[in-house]
Amino acid sequence: MKRFDYHVPQSIEEALNLFKSLGDAIYIAGGTDVMVNIKRKKISPKNLISLRNITALKVIEKGKELKIGSCVTHEQLLKDKYIEKYYTALHDAVRKLGSKQIRNVATIGGNICNAAPSADTACPLLVFDTKVLIRNEKGERKIPLHDFFLGPYSVSKDEGEIVTGFEITFLPPYSGSAYIKHSRREAMDLAIVSVATRLTLSPEVDIDFLKREAGEKTYSEFESRLLSYGITVKEARIAMGVVAPRPLRAKEAEDYLCGKRLTDEAIREASEIASSVAKPRDTLRGEAWYRREMVKVLTRRAILLSAKRAFD
Amino acid sequence: MKREIKFKLNGEEVTAEVESHWTLLYFLREVLKLKGTKEGCGYGECGACTVVIDKMAVNSCLFPVMEVNGKDVLTIEGISGPGEALHPLQKAFIEEGAVQCGFCTPGMIMSAYALFEEKKNPDDEDIKEAIEGNLCRCTGYVKIIDAINAAKRGK
Repeated sequence: MKRFDYHVPQSIEEALNLFKSLGDAIYIAGGTDVMVNIKRKKISPKNLISLRNITALKVIEKGKELKIGSCVTHEQLLKDKYIEKYYTALHDAVRKLGSKQIRNVATIGGNICNAAPSADTACPLLVFDTKVLIRNEKGERKIPLHDFFLGPYSVSKDEGEIVTGFEITFLPPYSGSAYIKHSRREAMDLAIVSVATRLTLSPEVDIDFLKREAGEKTYSEFESRLLSYGITVKEARIAMGVVAPRPLRAKEAEDYLCGKRLTDEAIREASEIASSVAKPRDTLRGEAWYRREMVKVLTRRAILLSAKRAFD
Repeated sequence: MKREIKFKLNGEEVTAEVESHWTLLYFLREVLKLKGTKEGCGYGECGACTVVIDKMAVNSCLFPVMEVNGKDVLTIEGISGPGEALHPLQKAFIEEGAVQCGFCTPGMIMSAYALFEEKKNPDDEDIKEAIEGNLCRCTGYVKIIDAINAAKRGK
């Protein structure tokens, strides 16, 4: 392996200064992508600047907004009960990400900055309207995650800048979300295609009744009845992975669903629109036509699951 | 670049001079000659190199040696009892026939060890999740899951 020096700064300022003084350097967090890229000789930096000893980056803050530090590991996210309850799509994503060994060290900041079209945390963060917090010498800037992804493995960030975390606004009541990853294996596999959805509903029927129904019925029983209640969709978000050079929002499908009553017909139409927005490629993992078909199936399933979870 | 690190390895404090570009796996096998930890793929896909750091299973092939500074590292060599008595997991793997070629075994056992650190009484799903990052090309996993269950009962 090519030689590099390894630096272990204790603060964000120290890391920024190191980058400036070293010149040929890259940041490393959990290292499960960076170390692989070095071993495969895709990159050969002279210096690695480790971010994983900076305590401030390893915190999940639940204040006015939800703030997830960039060096929070996937295992940390997986164990967080609050995220499981309110940001369930993100919980779904980290459950099926890599393996235990990978989740123990790999970070959410690394997953986003690596910007693989299949990045598991990308679609859930997109449906939560996440903002990326970026630090440089001058201070902090904040950009929507949607604008952060530029293309495969490419993000809108200067090399010396550090992603410090992700800001997520609190969701209104009766919101539910889901992420469904379609892959051949349960563990250690990349998605063939993946879909995350988030719905905020405006139930015009008796809410307590709905809650009781959600609690008592099995999923399939509730699903078949859910659509007959005539619930209005207040807000909808749909994001798709591995259907474009970057994780993609299906805005046309979101707009279609918004303000509509949640019926089987509306869900099917939204799924069709999402599929028509997808621009997948033929690859070894799956052909384009198959991915487009699966977007329909997964979007429908994710919307139904989100609707059910809105009452959990 | 040579750097000094201090950490705990299999219960003993270690101070060592390392090259900053080494992985933990390289340091364990090639410098300390602890050959129990295996290199399979070298890319974090197979889990043969699994060690336990601060009670968590980690792929040592992707772990920069500089990051073990101040941490507590446990390898397959460190889990046996006094007088080199086998660990209950090691005994269970032998008794249940969970070892064929043996190359994945140290990694499997370290993953199972980390599982028991986290959960006293794991169920089959917990066990499968714990070893999902460990490839075995011989057994088909059933005997391995049996062995971990046997070790749980023996505890």
